[in-house]
Amino acid sequence: MALEMTTDTESAMNTMMSAPPAVSAEGETLKMRGRDVKVFYGDKQALHGVDLDVRKNQVTALIGPSGCGKSTFLRCLNRMNDTIDICRVQGDILLDNDDVYDPRIDVVELRARVGMVFQKPNPFPKSIFENVAYGPRIHGLAQGKSDLEDIVASSLQRAGLFEEVKDRLDEPGTGLSGGQQQRLCIARAIAVSPEVILMDEPCSALDPIATAKVEELIDELRQNYTIVIVTHSMQQAARVSQRTAFFHLGNLVEEGLTNDIFTNPKDQRTQDYITGRFG
Amino acid sequence: MFWTYAALLLLVFVTANVYGRFRAMQVAGHQLSALHSRPSYHGGYLAILAALPAFVLLIAWAVVEPRLLDTMVISAKAEIVEGLSKAELQAFLRDARAIAFGGIVAFSDAGKEQAAEVFSSLAQTSFFLKTTLIIALVAGGLWYGNRTITPAMRARHFVERTVMGLLILCSAVAIFTTIGIVLSLIFESLMFFRQIPILDFVFGTHWSPQSAFEGAGAEHGEANTEIFGAIPLLVGTMLITAIAIFVAAPVGLLSAIYLSDYASTPVRAIAKPVLEILAGIPTVVYGFFAALTVAPFIRGWGESIGLSVSSESALAAGLVMGIMIIPFVSSLSDDVINAVPQSLRDGSAGLGATKSETIRRVVLPAALPGIVSALILAISRAIGETMIVVMAAGLAANITVNPLEAVTTVTVQIVTLLVGDQEFDSAKTLAAFALGLLLFCITLALNIFALRVVKKYREQYD
Repeated sequence: MALEMTTDTESAMNTMMSAPPAVSAEGETLKMRGRDVKVFYGDKQALHGVDLDVRKNQVTALIGPSGCGKSTFLRCLNRMNDTIDICRVQGDILLDNDDVYDPRIDVVELRARVGMVFQKPNPFPKSIFENVAYGPRIHGLAQGKSDLEDIVASSLQRAGLFEEVKDRLDEPGTGLSGGQQQRLCIARAIAVSPEVILMDEPCSALDPIATAKVEELIDELRQNYTIVIVTHSMQQAARVSQRTAFFHLGNLVEEGLTNDIFTNPKDQRTQDYITGRFG
Repeated sequence: MFWTYAALLLLVFVTANVYGRFRAMQVAGHQLSALHSRPSYHGGYLAILAALPAFVLLIAWAVVEPRLLDTMVISAKAEIVEGLSKAELQAFLRDARAIAFGGIVAFSDAGKEQAAEVFSSLAQTSFFLKTTLIIALVAGGLWYGNRTITPAMRARHFVERTVMGLLILCSAVAIFTTIGIVLSLIFESLMFFRQIPILDFVFGTHWSPQSAFEGAGAEHGEANTEIFGAIPLLVGTMLITAIAIFVAAPVGLLSAIYLSDYASTPVRAIAKPVLEILAGIPTVVYGFFAALTVAPFIRGWGESIGLSVSSESALAAGLVMGIMIIPFVSSLSDDVINAVPQSLRDGSAGLGATKSETIRRVVLPAALPGIVSALILAISRAIGETMIVVMAAGLAANITVNPLEAVTTVTVQIVTLLVGDQEFDSAKTLAAFALGLLLFCITLALNIFALRVVKKYREQYD
């Protein structure tokens, strides 16, 4: 208790981080935990108390009809909702054992640990190299030029883009195709070595071939990162995720192994949604 | 007379419009679906056919008639006007017209009386001819239009082509006016350069056109070519513009950043219009603010720390001009900064960048072309600004970069050259046109440069 009262953020956080990680009933490590998460946009309530765990080194898919709150929940995980003036968040969201809405948590550090990839590819109007180097630069991750080049190259490699762009790192990132741009955005997110990557419908602006590449990439990234993905495509959820959460009207209806959700849903609404009766 | 006809044609237009609609419904058997075009287009079709040709004729007549009459009178009375100079001939015709159509007659004589008779008989013929032609055109248009209104007739295409013609005409007026102004600048400047070599003008360092014809033989003497050097004016203009940009660029840009990315909605809703009010203040108000408030203040402040400040300093004019162009910079920059997509800001924030990092490293670079063009537009505005510098910058054509001294600008000198009674073919007056051309070339070059910058970088993000 005395330690938690200290104003020294660093030592308080070290103390908290040294606590044993939370585990699920099956013994899997829980990377992020949401407890009774409520979100309000002005007077309108978008989430009605959601409890959801994200397991380490797994892909968790959030599905549900438009306006069900799945993107809102995703954006709570790295506090992207802070940029919306009228948005209020209640409840607890824990990353390991740190409450991400704790005032002692620096949102900059949080977002370095919990990266994000957006619906529409949004490369900066800079060169491919500068796009990837952006994160490491602002966080001071590279010791000098060659180190930075290594980080950029390995990030591009992990995003499966290096072979396609290695000869034109100086060209603008906006000149790439849509699928390449999205993989560039993933490389950009990887470059700051996050622990969790949030993806908000990362393939909705891509053609099927580019989508297949990104899905393949998501499966590979699971080795090193914990991934939460919002998707409108149930096939995509089935293909890439280990666990699936179904949202409806701001409530979490059902969460479980992807296989169970799609073959043996417990709730009638889930059943109706995955069989295409609504949404 | 012209306006009576115009009013009558308007009446024809309205009536034909109403009748055209009625007629269209009639030929369609009161079934709208049978018509290719809606009845209102048939109305427009008939109205245009009836009134437009007659209206064009009316305008052409009004333009051509006076000259035609003059020519015919001159050829009819060649024996009277023979041997008159151009000015005398004009006076003769003026008096003859006054006798014929009423007006103030300077003095009349037999020749003018005869010419006046020719005038009135010709005018009568012209009147009858015009009336007959107009009636014929209206009647012909109505007859043809009425006959061609059928359900399948493509009245909409006809009306829309006519409207397009009208739009083209209006833009042509604007374009040809611009071309006309530029041509007049060029021709007057050429007359100036015939007296003063162009190199002496552009590269000369001495400017005192008021002393051009002083001394012996001033009345008919050759213009002194050494005193039309534009360099001091350009230096003064650049100095004041530089001071103005020095004030306006940081203040305008930083306030634009605050307004677009930091200000809450209510603050923005109030602050932005207030800032734009600055742009609505008449420049003459800025002018006396500069001359009566800022200049004495700077002078007093300079004296208190032991500097000698001229009472009409470049600093005072530049500062106030800088304040004047703040809204240009801030409003335009605000627009381009807002145009940077939110997705880029989110992308940066999602990587853990702070707001200021996002603005410095993502938003400003993305908005840079627009900001540059905003600054260049502000510069060309400052270069062409007149009132503030007339009131606050002074007339002394010094070559100096000391902002505490008096300088003068291109615009101030144009005003000085053209105020008062002037001969329109002396080098002194023509110098104003040459200065205007110079100013025009500079601002044109800046604007083209700004447009190119914007075009080159425009679609970097979408």
